[in-house]
Amino acid sequence: MGLLDTKTGQGKIVLTKVDDLLNWARLSSLWPMGFGLACCAIEMMATNASHYDLDRLGVFPRPSPRQSDVMIIAGTVTFKMADRIRRLYEQMPEPRYVISMGSCSNCGGPYWEHGYHVVKGVDRIIPVDVYVPGCPPRPEALIGGILKLQEKIRQESLLIPDMPKENPPTS
Amino acid sequence: MNFEAIKELIDQHFPGAIKDSQADVLQPWLYIGREDLQQVAIFLRDHGPLSFDYLSLLSGVDLGKEKDELEVVYHLYSLLYEHGIVLRTRTSKSELEAIPTVSHIWKAADWHEREAYDMLGIPFEGHPDLRRILMPEDWEGFPLRKDYTSAESYHNIKIDY
Repeated sequence: MGLLDTKTGQGKIVLTKVDDLLNWARLSSLWPMGFGLACCAIEMMATNASHYDLDRLGVFPRPSPRQSDVMIIAGTVTFKMADRIRRLYEQMPEPRYVISMGSCSNCGGPYWEHGYHVVKGVDRIIPVDVYVPGCPPRPEALIGGILKLQEKIRQESLLIPDMPKENPPTS
Repeated sequence: MNFEAIKELIDQHFPGAIKDSQADVLQPWLYIGREDLQQVAIFLRDHGPLSFDYLSLLSGVDLGKEKDELEVVYHLYSLLYEHGIVLRTRTSKSELEAIPTVSHIWKAADWHEREAYDMLGIPFEGHPDLRRILMPEDWEGFPLRKDYTSAESYHNIKIDY
């Protein structure tokens, strides 16, 4: 955002919009919930680790849903896990975001036809903000997803809530 | 001890327990009747020259839509003598007579039997805790049965794509 890294004059005053300030704060410290479901989680852990170093984006996994801003669904969502995921999502404070990582949580992945135990897309249980394709996605792809989410948060506004563009049918 | 010797030994101690067998395959097997299974298993484990102290695997099999049979396969191994054997036993899908548990003979059988029950609905008599191990407890049906079809939904989530 460049809010603090540019010179702001001598008066020690920063002029900005409330929206920009809030959005900047939110997108600069996206704390994901530290949990993984399958092989995508290995890739997510690699992304968190020193080589890709998600901490430089302010992304730092939290051990509790109550401290988390974003939920990275990293792996296959089974029906047994679905209830737990929904509950964890509901325990997160708002504003909360969801990144669906990998084909399994996007659409069921390789289990789309004979996977009697797999939810065909995590968006059937919770709303998803960003979908990251891949099986599993490389760390670069996950970072891309996080940057995408930051871009989305940057567009948010307190004044205009997230409402559908078209009016819903009145009948 | 080789397969023929093991087979003969079992035949001596339990005449008529071996219903069928095949030796010229990679893993020679003995078909044991349900009613003799437990005794034979204890014998295989405790008889000195056999010492089958390790249950490598217990698996359930659905023998197809045409057949009314479910099978349980036991892969046994002796860590002491480094010999192995395969036992098979069956029950019918329609009657579902319980297969005696071997979980008190080999501890490993506990979860293996639960999985066979979870996936195929094979009942094990005498198992200490026979409930689903992989699927949710309120799941309906046994997914690895050949005639299994998914339900419409589970907890209001659509199952099929």
